[in-house]
Order: sequence, then C-alpha cells, then structure tokens
Amino acid sequence: MEVVVGSAVEAHMDQLTNHLATEALAARLRAHAVRMTNRAKASHVGSCLSMADILAVLYGAAMRTDSARPDWADRDRLVVSKGHAAAIVYAVLAEQGFIDLAELETYAQNGSRLAGHVTKTVPGVELSTGSLGHGLPVAAGMALAAKRAGADWRAFCIVSDGELDEGSNWEAIQFAQHARLDSLVAIVDYNKIQSFGTVAEVSDLHPLADKFRAFNWGVHEIDGHDHAALLTALSAPPVLPTRPTVVICHTVKGKGVSFMEDKLAWHYKNPDDEQVIAALAELGATP
Amino acid sequence: MRNETIAVLTSYAAANPDMMLLTADLGYSVLEQFADQLPDQYCNVGVCEQAMVGIAAGLALSGKRVALYSIANFPTLRCLEQLRNDVCYHDLPVTVISVGGGLAYGPQGYTHHGLEDLGIMAMLPNMAVTCPADPHEAETLLPQLLERRGPAYLRLGRAGEPVLHDAATPITLGKAVTMRQGSDVALLATGPILARANAAADILGERGISASVISFPSISPLDEQCIASLAASHRALLTIEEHSASGGFGSRVADLLMESGTHTRFGKYGTIDALRGKVGSQNYLLDLLPQIADRAAALL
Repeated sequence: MEVVVGSAVEAHMDQLTNHLATEALAARLRAHAVRMTNRAKASHVGSCLSMADILAVLYGAAMRTDSARPDWADRDRLVVSKGHAAAIVYAVLAEQGFIDLAELETYAQNGSRLAGHVTKTVPGVELSTGSLGHGLPVAAGMALAAKRAGADWRAFCIVSDGELDEGSNWEAIQFAQHARLDSLVAIVDYNKIQSFGTVAEVSDLHPLADKFRAFNWGVHEIDGHDHAALLTALSAPPVLPTRPTVVICHTVKGKGVSFMEDKLAWHYKNPDDEQVIAALAELGATP
Repeated sequence: MRNETIAVLTSYAAANPDMMLLTADLGYSVLEQFADQLPDQYCNVGVCEQAMVGIAAGLALSGKRVALYSIANFPTLRCLEQLRNDVCYHDLPVTVISVGGGLAYGPQGYTHHGLEDLGIMAMLPNMAVTCPADPHEAETLLPQLLERRGPAYLRLGRAGEPVLHDAATPITLGKAVTMRQGSDVALLATGPILARANAAADILGERGISASVISFPSISPLDEQCIASLAASHRALLTIEEHSASGGFGSRVADLLMESGTHTRFGKYGTIDALRGKVGSQNYLLDLLPQIADRAAALL
C-alpha cells in the first residue's frame, strides 16, 4: 500500500517537474520568437506565440525525437502546416539541439537557411510549408507509411484555424479516417484570428469539434496553453480505436505578450526595439 | 499503352517492395492487376487529387517510392501546387502517370482534354517529363523514371495505340529516336501524334520533299544535341505535339534554338484554341487541325 502511494506521489512529482520544464521552454521559445521577428523585421509573431505551448509540450514531453539523429526512422514526425510560424519552429529545434541557438540570429537574413516559412533544409524539419493546406495530407501519407510498415511512430500535424478553409485539409480528414490512420494526430491552433479578420467574421469554423466528430475523428478540445491538458491529450492513445485524433487547442494569438494578445495586427507587425524590451520583461527574459 | 504500362509497373513493384501506387479513384479495368497482386502497395485514396499528391509526398518522405494514376489534368493541374511544393521542392521519388493525354478522351469534352500538362510539368524543378509515342516507349521509359528516384511525369494516351518501334529499339530518358532520315525538313514529334508525323513524311515524299521524323519521348531532359544536329542538317524544323502549341515541347525547342543562336526556319505544330468546345473522337479533332505536311512544306 505504502509503495502504491509512494509511486503515485512520484508520478505526480514527475508530472509537475515536466510541466515546469515545458513551461520554462515555452517562455524561452516566446522570447526567441520576439527577438527573431524584431531582428528580421518579420511578420507572424502573433502566430508563433499562440503555438509556443503546443511546441514546448510536443518536443519537451510528448514526442519521441532525438536531435542527434534527425532522420531516425522511428522518430515521431511533426509537420507544421502553418509554415508562417517559422521563427518559433526554428527556436524549438535550437532549444532541443537540432541546430545551434546562435543560428537563430540568421532568421530570414540573406544567405540563411532559416527561411521565413518553415523549410526542410533545417535539421528536424519534416516538410517545407508556407502555402496553407499542404501539411495534413502529407502527415496522412506519413501515417499511412507507418501503418503499412507496422511501425509505432506517430505523425503530428499543426494546422492553423484559418488554414482549415483550404479544401485539401478536408480531403485528408476524410481519407485519414477511412484509411484508419490511428497514428495521425492533427493539432488545431485555434486562436480565432486569421489573416484578414476573426475566424467568426471570415469563415466561421464553429462547431469545429462536431465537424471532426462527423468525419469519424476522435476529438480532444482543450486550453492550448494548459501544459497538463496538452500533455494528456498529446500522449494519450487514440480517442477512437483505429481512427485519427484531433486536438483542438483553444489559444490566444500573441499569447504571453499583453499588447500583442488577441490582436490581428500582430499577424503582420514586427516588434520594434522598445516593444522587444517590454515583451521580454513580460516573458521574464533578458533582451 | 495504358495496360502495358501498368503491367510493367506491377512487375516492377513486385520486385521493389518500397513502391506504392495511389489512384484518385480512377483506373477501372486497368489497375486491378496491381491492386489484386500487391494490395499492401496499393491505395485508392478517393476522388481527391490534392490530398493524393500530399499523401504521396508523405509516403516518399517515409522511404517509399510512389506512382500516382489519374486522367491528364487531374493529377497535374488540379494539384499543381502540391506537385510544386510537396514533391518537386523536396525532390521526392513520385511518378505521376496520367492517361488521356492530349485529345485521347476527345468525345468526353474539353474538361478531359490534356493540352497544357507537358509545358506546366516541364516548368517544375527536378521534374522529368515524358510523353511516349507508343507502348514500347512507355514500357521502357517507366522503369527509368522509377530508378531515377525523383519527381517524374509519364503522359500516356489510352489503350490501343499502334506500336511504332521495333521491340529492340533502345529508348533512353533524355534521348530522341530517329524514325526516318531525310534532308529537307525535320519533323520532331512527341507522343502518339508521331504516327501522324510518319504519315506526313510520306505525303511530303510524294511532293518531292525529303523529311526526317524524330521521336522525342522525353521533353525534360531534352535531347539538345539531337536538336542542334537536326538544325544543322535540315533546311527547316517543325515540332509536333498533341498539346498547346504555346508553352509545350515546341516552345522548349524554340528556346533552345534561340539561346544557342541557331537560326533556322522553324514551326510549332500543336492544338489550337478553336478546338475548345469541339466534340468528337481523337482523330476527328486532330483532323480539324491543319495538315502537318502542309505546315512543313510551308516552312521551305
């Protein structure tokens, strides 16, 4: 009895340590994204910040990866279909050791391999993206390869909410359930703001969870900034046996920097030097 | 040439377990041989060409080589950006096999006429583009495209095209094949319209004009050496394709001639806008075009 209580406490402590670690990682990713978009005068910092927690939990706890072996055959794959959020993707790869942290300074600079949209020449990147609606079909193809090979690795794909306007996603959503791709996990960064307005104004996705359920997908619907909820959803076995899973993450665009939160403008604006100082102070980072 | 090509694909895939075949729900009475023999290497993804190309890219990124099958415009134009970004940008081993190239599906109407595919596919980076004239060219090119382990396009007609080559004729990706040697005008043909080029050479001969006929099963890479040599040894060149005369095979030959400073009498023979909306068999539609022999003779 004593042993059971002991291991339960241990497990709980492990979980807490995990969350502290991934939360600290998320804060560092946000700080990198702010610095990188400032230096490059690049757009999309808001899109980066909304998925910082998702990336931190994926790389920090949920996914099976090895930065020493980016092409390891049994790794879990992550396709970032919202390729405009490139800065924070490179940031997490640097934090995990796939590339040097110093290289982040070259983001979107002349001659850099860190293009303004996610690019596969960077170790750890699985697919070059940028045009929306491409990632989920490719991730479905990866999951099909795993299934046919009897392999146990999983294929994750982060899509934006606005991106779900693209019909190619729904082709893949239909295909993946028919093909019983249970190792496929779509993650929707549902920050409610798309390129030219709110999702509600432009092309309302509500009720999004019901749409996926109607397509025979298993659904988790969570707070995309809650690390415990993220880890549970991203680590769990498929919600429906033999079917793909979607994790709908309710997020806030620009999350973590008060003056960027929930503002369409930060899809485009880059922070000036003063704003960087203010943002980093909020994130507990040094300039 | 359709069934012969799929037979070759089936035996190739049987010997290469990393090969997969995807179809976007087309291939009735054609793909069953593959699907029945190699079910683990086959997948009908449904009517979704954009997703099909993405799925192919995902399979290829996971170590597979993938062949795709559909009708001319569907696996090319419908999913053009997926081919550009997911396949060609990543230089993946995905071979698009399309049937019904040109006017092969004539009576089905304009939606089923593949008239821009060659030019558009040939613009894509890393893409090998082939347009075989007969079953022999198709059967011998396919394994070369698969061995190449990069993006490739194989444009087929349909079933029943006559065999134009001796079975021993070597067909090599990037190389043209001389069908007959003449001296006045060279007819450079790609695809099954090669048969009409042969017939035009006969007509020209009756008019006292000596015509060469050269088959170009490969548009990218293009046999540049052969073209230079034809320009040097003939008074005029006429390219012939069952495709828009603008932007396709003929335009690539014209680019080459201009860039190399080769001045020769030159014409491009292809489909014309006036065919849009016309209904009829492949031969009926091709007969609405000017005569190849007249075009060639007018160059001299």
